[in-house]
Amino acid sequence: MSISRRGFVTSLAAGAGALSGGAAQAGSVEHFEGYPGRYGLLHDTTLCVGCRSCEFACAKVNSLPAPKDPVGDLDVFEDIRRTTATGLTVVNRYREGEGNQPPVYRKLQCMHCNEPCCATVCLVHAFTKTPEGPVLYNPDVCIGCRYCVMACPYYALAYEYDNPIDPKVMRCTMCYPRIKEGLNPGCADACPAGAITFGRREDLLEVARERIRKFPDRYINHVFGEYEFSGTSWLMLAGIPFHDLDLHANVTHESLPAIGTSYLSVVPLIVTIYPGLLAGFYAFTKRKDKLAKAELEAALAEERARAEEASQAKLAQAAEKAKKDKERAVEAAVSKALAEQGKGGAS
Amino acid sequence: MSAASGNDGRRGLFTPFNVVAGIILIGGAIILAVRFTTGLASTTNLSNTNPWGLWIGFDVMAGVALAAGGFVISSAVFLFGMKEYRPVVRPALLTGFLGYSLVVIGLLADLGRPWRLPFPFIKQAGPTSPLFEVSLCVALYLTTLFVETTPAIFEWLGLKWWRRLVGQMTIVLTVFGLILSTMHQSTLGAMYMVTPTKLHPLWYSSQIPVQFFISAIAAGIAMIIIEGWISHRAFHDQVQITDDEFRNINYGLAKGGAVVLATYFAVKVVALALDNEWSLLTTGWGAWYLVEMIGFVLAPCLLFAVAHREKNLAMARAAAGLTVAGVVLNRFNVTFIAFNWTVPQAMRYAPAWTEVWVTVSLITLGVVVFKWFAARMPIMYDHPDYPALH
Repeated sequence: MSISRRGFVTSLAAGAGALSGGAAQAGSVEHFEGYPGRYGLLHDTTLCVGCRSCEFACAKVNSLPAPKDPVGDLDVFEDIRRTTATGLTVVNRYREGEGNQPPVYRKLQCMHCNEPCCATVCLVHAFTKTPEGPVLYNPDVCIGCRYCVMACPYYALAYEYDNPIDPKVMRCTMCYPRIKEGLNPGCADACPAGAITFGRREDLLEVARERIRKFPDRYINHVFGEYEFSGTSWLMLAGIPFHDLDLHANVTHESLPAIGTSYLSVVPLIVTIYPGLLAGFYAFTKRKDKLAKAELEAALAEERARAEEASQAKLAQAAEKAKKDKERAVEAAVSKALAEQGKGGAS
Repeated sequence: MSAASGNDGRRGLFTPFNVVAGIILIGGAIILAVRFTTGLASTTNLSNTNPWGLWIGFDVMAGVALAAGGFVISSAVFLFGMKEYRPVVRPALLTGFLGYSLVVIGLLADLGRPWRLPFPFIKQAGPTSPLFEVSLCVALYLTTLFVETTPAIFEWLGLKWWRRLVGQMTIVLTVFGLILSTMHQSTLGAMYMVTPTKLHPLWYSSQIPVQFFISAIAAGIAMIIIEGWISHRAFHDQVQITDDEFRNINYGLAKGGAVVLATYFAVKVVALALDNEWSLLTTGWGAWYLVEMIGFVLAPCLLFAVAHREKNLAMARAAAGLTVAGVVLNRFNVTFIAFNWTVPQAMRYAPAWTEVWVTVSLITLGVVVFKWFAARMPIMYDHPDYPALH
């Protein structure tokens, strides 16, 4: 059922000539595995030391102001931060160090979903999933509704709320321009701990599985981003449950666009069924009115006929009575005359 | 007639109503001027975690539902033959038209680049987006509502030929309005189907489109009762129907409200059962959910039923008030109260006073414009020159 629903949405989009990523399926039962050989990044949270070098590198390669708090400032970890319009990636601490247990950090940024929800919900189709893996955003068509920010399950999108002229959605681009030049993303190059690895997504999955196999005590046996909501380009390894890293690890493998836009396939049915259905209702009420009117008229006619008959009968009765009265009067007059005649004859 | 209604001409310009409305509107205009010169951050509490606040939650989500009376009552009268409700069709359609206009104004305030509003239709379309469908439907429906409002304007201006033309289109316009309303009222709910991890499970449902549509019908009926209450006091000299006829219309609407709310309650219970979320009812969020469902759905449903049975107008109005509050509460819950429920308290959203002021300004603007229309045009009464046309 979900396959046919997704197929409908997909074909609707294809019909409008709009969707690029994941829309190139002809039949509704076909499945698009994603562009082969696309890139991704692996964040091994067990190696991350919370130095925030990635934050600085990110700001530098994207020509954004450097983070205010210097490297090594531990106060920034007091609060859970999130990405902003000028900080496209942030590192948070999710567990403090205790004894020989090191603190646990996680880096936040756009996950570059395999089936990006932001792209599906955008009403001007400003997002594109590139064959290389990055999800790109086109500010030239953006109207600023921020549905993408609201829909993102990873809280990874930010908006320029202080820009009245041309506010944009701000997010990690996976350093698409650098990838095109054959360079690594800024954060991957900057990480001194080797916690960020850039490469082909399928290779990174192998690397991740290999690490889990080699160090089963070090890792939770799960690669985050492999299947969650149909997977992401950023993959994650962790030594503590992903739930403690503010991530929903046990979610469906179905993509959010497939879950979230299934209803749109019902909408064309409203357009196609309502006119006929409503015409039927209208005809139904009209016919009822007509029948009621005809019934009323018939009843009226009958009543009129009955009244006519009654008055005819009454008239006939009255005529009869008048006739009888007349006869009686004649009779009386005759008998009176006869009596008078008899009287006269006798005298 | 218009001279008697008070706010016409120089004589009644500085009535208490006009002064208060004027202050609210000027304040709103100043806030919007600040918003458009310094960005959304200065006048709203919106953030990267909470990109949608009161202006979407009330002005758009609740606003569209509260403006549903137009399609509900015009369908009942013109398609389903409930002719006794015809006296409330025009006020309901005017309320609908003004309501949707305010939705668009509210949206323009909230959009980052409002001058790009037509971009989905002229620049680049995103037909996979529920919001694309909503904006297309709202654009078409606003046009439909405008055409449905024009008979009053044409009668006022004495344009008989145009009045007759629009009159002949009544059925088509009504069908069009019902189709568009079914589509976008439900799709507004469907917009939240992409956020299963962000919206609390008691409010998240794969059936949320149906829930939004049915609750919008309830909101529309309740708004007709409330709007009739206010305008029958304000324009009593214009009203042609007897008090008994007016009361009977309200009792009928109360009956309809009871049935629709009962249906809505049942649909919500079904969603709860389908996702097997009974255990969540004992949590704090469950208590809040029960406040909404019992206090603002079940209670007005029963009040409507009793009001119809006992012929109690005050009770029908109380039920209508609860229904409207309940639908607004539901849209607030979905938009920002039960949304982001896992986010730390410090990052949660509460509207800024400037956001509240702008929303109050929009409601005020609606009332002022309604008064302006009703004082001039045959909204509350039949125009003597066009007795048989509508």
